Amino acid sequence: MLSPLGTSTVRKEDPALLSGRGRYADDLPVPAGTLHAHVIRSPHPHAAIVSIDASAAVGKDGVWAVISGEDVRKLSDPFLVALKTPVHQWSLAVDRVRYVGEPVALVVAESRYLAEDAAELVEIEYRPLEAVMDPLAACRPTAPVLHAEAKTNEISVRKFTYGDTKSAFAQADARVALTVDFPRLSFTPMECYVVIAQYSAAADSYDVLANFQGPFSTHPVMARALRVPGPKLRLRIPPDSGGSFGIKLSVFPYVVLTAIAARVTGRPVKWVEDRAEHLLAASSGPNRITEIEAAVTKDGRILGLRLDQLEDYGAFLRAPMPGPLYRMHGAVTGAYDIAHVDVTNRVVLTNKMPASLIRGFGGPQLYMALERLVQRIAVELGLDHIDVIKRNLVPAAKMPYRAAAGSLYDSGDYPRAVASATGDGRLDDLRRRRDAARAAGRKYGIGFAAVVEPAMSNMGYLSTLLTADARDKAGPKNGAVSMVTINIDPLGAVSVTADVTVQGQGHATVLAQIVAAQLGLKPDDVNVVLEMDTAKDQWSIAAGTYSCRFTPGTAVAAHLAASRMADKLKSIGAKQLNILPDDVELAHGKIRSRGNPDNAAPFGRIAGTSHWSPVMLPEGMAPALTETALWSPPELEPPSSDDRINTSLTYGFVFDMCGVEIDPLTYQVRVDRYVSMHDAGRILNPSIADGQMRGAFAQGIAAALFEEFKYDDEGAFLTGTFADYLVPTVSEIPPVEMLHQETPSPLTPLGAKGLAEGNCMSVPACIANAVADALGVRDVQVPVTPRRIHALIEGVGP
Amino acid sequence: MKPRPFDYVRPETADEAVAVLAEHGDEARILAGGQSLMAMLNLRLADPAVLIDISRISELDTISDLGDTIEIGAAVTQNRLLAWPHLAAKLPLLAAALPFVGHFQTRNRGTVCGSIAHADPSSEIPLTLAVLEGEVVLRSTRGTRRLAASAFQQTMLTTARTADELIIAVRFPVLSGRGVAFREVARRHGDFAIVAVAALVENANTVRFGVGGMSGRPEVRRIASNGGSAVAAAISQLTAELEGYDDLHASARMRSDLLRNLGPVVIEEAIRCTA
Repeated sequence: MLSPLGTSTVRKEDPALLSGRGRYADDLPVPAGTLHAHVIRSPHPHAAIVSIDASAAVGKDGVWAVISGEDVRKLSDPFLVALKTPVHQWSLAVDRVRYVGEPVALVVAESRYLAEDAAELVEIEYRPLEAVMDPLAACRPTAPVLHAEAKTNEISVRKFTYGDTKSAFAQADARVALTVDFPRLSFTPMECYVVIAQYSAAADSYDVLANFQGPFSTHPVMARALRVPGPKLRLRIPPDSGGSFGIKLSVFPYVVLTAIAARVTGRPVKWVEDRAEHLLAASSGPNRITEIEAAVTKDGRILGLRLDQLEDYGAFLRAPMPGPLYRMHGAVTGAYDIAHVDVTNRVVLTNKMPASLIRGFGGPQLYMALERLVQRIAVELGLDHIDVIKRNLVPAAKMPYRAAAGSLYDSGDYPRAVASATGDGRLDDLRRRRDAARAAGRKYGIGFAAVVEPAMSNMGYLSTLLTADARDKAGPKNGAVSMVTINIDPLGAVSVTADVTVQGQGHATVLAQIVAAQLGLKPDDVNVVLEMDTAKDQWSIAAGTYSCRFTPGTAVAAHLAASRMADKLKSIGAKQLNILPDDVELAHGKIRSRGNPDNAAPFGRIAGTSHWSPVMLPEGMAPALTETALWSPPELEPPSSDDRINTSLTYGFVFDMCGVEIDPLTYQVRVDRYVSMHDAGRILNPSIADGQMRGAFAQGIAAALFEEFKYDDEGAFLTGTFADYLVPTVSEIPPVEMLHQETPSPLTPLGAKGLAEGNCMSVPACIANAVADALGVRDVQVPVTPRRIHALIEGVGP
Repeated sequence: MKPRPFDYVRPETADEAVAVLAEHGDEARILAGGQSLMAMLNLRLADPAVLIDISRISELDTISDLGDTIEIGAAVTQNRLLAWPHLAAKLPLLAAALPFVGHFQTRNRGTVCGSIAHADPSSEIPLTLAVLEGEVVLRSTRGTRRLAASAFQQTMLTTARTADELIIAVRFPVLSGRGVAFREVARRHGDFAIVAVAALVENANTVRFGVGGMSGRPEVRRIASNGGSAVAAAISQLTAELEGYDDLHASARMRSDLLRNLGPVVIEEAIRCTA
């Protein structure tokens, strides 16, 4: 029987999703008497809260409470963060507001309409303070300080040295340096945040339904804020989600806020974020300024690298920030074999909405700097860009490869991937198109980007931001535990639960494929239930759906659980079929003799044995009704004493190549041809993999050409609607030619790697490189908008 | 994003709508397709006491061929007009511009007259009406009047409509057999234009040229079309005259350069169309 793994099984999720039968948080029934909440938000980027007078609002019929920062301070504690610094954040502003959109008060009423009407009656007096928006300005000693107790806005500076960078720079033929800005953006899910909270005074416990995505390391953060032990914060995640892309981690402050509202009113409380709130204050990727410099030989070999990364997290540092600065840390040298590297990581706070998780998570920022630098090396040395890439790629013979800052690249053949992508006449075709366009006086450029795509984060990576001494005192942090449970019902039907949250990826389908492959069943025979209940389901701090942990993590746990269940069923079957366990196979829905397939019993009959007839089990065997596997790969070690850290378990490879033409009349960038080569190890379901890659590509295009959160110098937010914050539609996404190479990971039994973030990392850099090539300019700021192109072409300010 | 309380009235006839409007004046807003108004209500940027829904008044849901003009009633959606079989023959400029108005989904609700009433300076339908030198038909309890497009749209989101008047229709002149062309620059398909340009060949020597997105309303000029340099000079002069304006997506300077770049292109295209 052909294994269902590796085939494009039709998604189990689709019949419900495509026929309007998805069950999203806002659709689910709520208890009778549920109240509705509306958040009053700060109109100021920075101000002291002088007074809040809610008497008129509370006096309105149907209004149950107006909750302020003072109430929140009494009933909860500030959120925990990894960085020990006196920056305190509650679920509502306390004493001071620090960004436009910051929650200041919560109105709880019998309908959302009433709550919004009452909000207009709440009188809040502010004393405006000077705001600081520019991350460089925020680091100056004269800058207004956001958190007085921290004494500075630059709340963390860590310097790392790997190898002998000093000598590398001393020996170099040349140095090439560049400063690169990466902007703020989000990937706005169609469904915004939803929280429904209940409080039990009898048990002093909270029961909350929220479209939270994980990581579940945030669960203790929420429980601690609410001053209850973990089990007293029961968190349920609905069966469907209208997208997440990292953004739905940041519902967590609202989980706490809505829970407090339930406690204050004694009623269930529901809060549904609207689009205006979402754009203004839900979440953003952090903006980063990178100063990057390479020491190079005259033929373009990079001997050493220096990066100074200043990342702007907005008004507060929220768990698990500053993740984007450290998630890529072990792989900071990207796809290149560079032994000597210095890294300085700086965390700065400004009066913007707090930054957090977003698909790509630190990768787009890193590769924009690194890949732009490689293009500059080619320009400044008079070399071909593709030759500089080839000269520096990690050679296949060095795999598995320990990168300078500690990542263990598990497998891959980068040079072969580049050769295949540029081969078959593809690069020649791009060059022909470029030459023809340029001959006709048009502006055409070719861009490349090579990126290493990490997957399944080491829970210890964030502790790299502490000094080795501080880490010693705190004790090691590492690993990433994945968990899956397989259950068998009395008639032998198989069901699966797992430690992921649903966001539309198709995990139920792939889990069914994995389990079916081990049990000799069809994927349709395996029922997968992924709505999550922290009181009853298996989870660790690593649980959730983020940083491509499913394929190297949860999928492996499913494989292990299914293998163990299969072994037990073989023993049970052997006894009933009167054959040796080695002769038993699970195939075609039967448990049968390999040598004599006619000696067989239906899967269900033997699988149900543990329910009905434990007497028939092999001697000493515990009933085989449920199997939970935990997968904790040993390669995810804590940071070493010299700050080397293997930040992720698997490392895929993406190589992109594109040609763009710039319209001199309209200043628009047209992507003429785009080729993207992926090596994500073994592919478990090609059509789902393709969907993930195309989604990441579309969001890469969004970051390259369209999406940007903008504030003015005084701190006003300029992109508060979808007319200002431009999400590309299908008309704006160019075709992409996806190519694949499969180099299985030796570190997981399935050999599969993560693949859903690579194009978010590669596309902005690749397009920026092509634009730089087309216009012959040094500095290219993404998104490359017509306004920016106009400024570059006409030589005027943007 | 929930609106403040308001009363909702759904009249059956235009006269009934006009009567309700006379009663409430400034306190009332007309709801047709709601593609701008509903968002403004939800954001609490508009605060009417009364909403008068004219979308189901059948006498306003008509496209009438009056010979030298086509009259489009206030309840006619943009998609209904796009699907009108005579559009390309009678109003080729509108046929060229309408696909740029929003998206298929918004055109299912959005009305032709709603775009005229909203008076966005870079909107396609007002630009087309201005270039064709059409008229807006306004009715109140005081009577009915017709205003030329140039008199109707005054500046950004501001028109000559008085508080008690209902736009019951717009009239687009039929100019068959003339070359026309339409172009716009927008960040995404379906967005409001940054700059939109339209051209209509009047005769062998003259082109009517219109531009949206350069000032508070569409600007229309007659340009001598005999010779490329004359066109370029005229466009250049217009660019100097109109200052453009800054917003998130374009600087005033970029708007000027777009007009300078695209003006001659759209004029040439219209002339080629005639031939």
